Amino acid sequence: MELRQLDSIDHPVSLGEARKGYCGRVRCLLPLPGTGRLAPEEMERRLIEMGFIEGVDVSVIHEGPFGRDPIAVRVGTATVAMRRRDAMAILTE
Amino acid sequence: MPDVSTETPARPTRIALIGAPNCGKTSLFNALTGANQRVGNYSGVTVTRKIGQAQTPGMNTLQITDLPGTYSLRARSPDEVVTRDIVLGTRQDADPIDLLMIVADATHLRPGLRLAKELGACGLPLLLVVNMIDIARHRGIEIDLDRLSEELGIPVVASTAVRRGGTDALWQEFDRLIEAGLPERSASDWTSPSAADLRRNLREADRIIAHAVTTPAHHRSLSERVDALLLNPVAGPIILLLIMFAMFQAVFAGAAPVMDAISALIEALAATVSQLLPDGILESLVVDGAIAGVGSVVVFLPQILILFAFILILEDLGYMARAAFLMDRIMGHAGLHGRAFIPLLSSFACAIPGIMSARVIDDERDRLTTILIAPLMTCSARIPVYTLLIGAFVPARHIGPGIGLQGLVMFALFAAGVISALLVAFISRMLFRRNEIPAPLMLDLPDYKLPQLRGVALGLWQRAYAFLRRAGTIIFTASIVVWVLSTFPYPPAGATEPAINYSFAAMLGHLLQPLLAPIGFTWEICVALIPGMAAREVAVAGLSTVYAVSGGEAALGHALAAQWSLATGVSLIVWYIFAPQCLSTLAVIRRETGSARWMWIAVGYMFALAYVASFAAYHITAALS
Repeated sequence: MELRQLDSIDHPVSLGEARKGYCGRVRCLLPLPGTGRLAPEEMERRLIEMGFIEGVDVSVIHEGPFGRDPIAVRVGTATVAMRRRDAMAILTE
Repeated sequence: MPDVSTETPARPTRIALIGAPNCGKTSLFNALTGANQRVGNYSGVTVTRKIGQAQTPGMNTLQITDLPGTYSLRARSPDEVVTRDIVLGTRQDADPIDLLMIVADATHLRPGLRLAKELGACGLPLLLVVNMIDIARHRGIEIDLDRLSEELGIPVVASTAVRRGGTDALWQEFDRLIEAGLPERSASDWTSPSAADLRRNLREADRIIAHAVTTPAHHRSLSERVDALLLNPVAGPIILLLIMFAMFQAVFAGAAPVMDAISALIEALAATVSQLLPDGILESLVVDGAIAGVGSVVVFLPQILILFAFILILEDLGYMARAAFLMDRIMGHAGLHGRAFIPLLSSFACAIPGIMSARVIDDERDRLTTILIAPLMTCSARIPVYTLLIGAFVPARHIGPGIGLQGLVMFALFAAGVISALLVAFISRMLFRRNEIPAPLMLDLPDYKLPQLRGVALGLWQRAYAFLRRAGTIIFTASIVVWVLSTFPYPPAGATEPAINYSFAAMLGHLLQPLLAPIGFTWEICVALIPGMAAREVAVAGLSTVYAVSGGEAALGHALAAQWSLATGVSLIVWYIFAPQCLSTLAVIRRETGSARWMWIAVGYMFALAYVASFAAYHITAALS
């Protein structure tokens, strides 16, 4: 997804900043270069392998006890624990 | 002459199990093969290899391989490289596969179906097993197996690995497939999937699920209700602490009677053998060398088994992933992954399985850090040394209701291990990985499941076997070497001191003593440390030999308290927190990191820490007392 397409999303929320109880739908995966140890392409593949794909419903069901990090995300029939900095790559609406 | 069949026995059909983590693959493997399995390693890599034999009702022989769990064939970790190479048939030390069995969790079909779509290109005959079908039915999930089979173009069977009769349909399918003749594998046109390929496969999986699966309206599952408590920001960490506390209570208090029984057995064995054998060198070798040496280690088997029973049960329950979730932030400060919690917890029993379980960490550098700090966790081999020294130097006073000073010191020593491990990780991150971005954490939190007695028992047996084999080889050899060093040469005629004072061990001890004198060690300690290099707990036996004390630990404690200053005792205790005195651990570090370099780094930093800390402890205690 191109960066300029982001304008077309109404109220985009990055999963990385969503609070417990947030429910949304994945709009796009946008790992940015330099924000993680993995290259964006690889990060994107890992997110897809965990079940994150455009159009899937997600909800934040738990927050870690220290600093509300990591978060547990319900995606489809799975629950995935991830750090907020990694979840920043998932844009939802 | 017996009738010799001219027919060569049919080659077993080779089946490999593949599936995403937590899909119930291993319990299915256990259900299919029973205890009839071998656990080993693939050559050249540290990936566990599990192969089992089984016979179908139609008398076909199967050879079943349990492949490491994987989300795709993309091979991101050593485990996944092995999986990929076996599936593609490019691994030299593994037999080619005849049938690839994809295991999918019936309550969570997405990853399994996506994997099935990807594996369609690998050229092997495929079979999809929808496992844990009973749980899915219980939740009202209906799965149209025929539709799945039609959509995927491969046979599909449902199974329940953990119920009697739950694999009947699978056994029949094996017979049907084998009798129909499995097609030869065709050339693979699998290529590493791009994000677009993965996306397409996942969409396809979602489409199939939409057609073949009906799920009742979502209601809070049991797992979600349990998680509301166990992952609660306040209650969660407290429960984790309580579980760990219960675990250590069980390890130390629960194991004591069994350990006493084992000690008594070993003593009885030694007494019987020394009666049977004529007095002399052979008796000494068998009783003082082999039985005493190996016995001092075998005594720890109950503790190790209790700890592993806890770990295996918590793992099977699905709690370990939650523990990793709760601990991630704290571990993250030290530059570690939440996943590093499991290897570090295992290291409380023994660093060797701890280091081996670091394989679950997919980031290479995080894994290395975890491996290097795992030996600092207080393993059970330190306990006899701590118990001896605390008994000798710490007064048995109560400093509060139910809180003994000795127990408190023991607790402090455990805490010192954990804190120093995290500090070392933190400092190494500050020194070498300062500007590094942490590797991503993406951890599946599986639904809670009741642990299967059979799987836990099998896991315990495999660990007990590995431990006893180690006791029978490395520790046996070390015990013999120590015995030789401390027996020869014989004391001259008319010698007045204990015989060991004239031996090679004494010479080595005197040689080392100038080096260790600044931290308050006597030459006798140096002598005991030499066998203690093989395994920490052997030092206790070493000390009792050097001081020629018989009559068990209490007597030895009295002797030590009489001969050493308090500062020396404290210094030795502190030494044991850090010193890398375990040849097997070092060998495992070498094997798991694939290079001697990391082993020497571990040796170097741990000895340096031990020396500095003991030096400080010795001089501070001496100044205070």
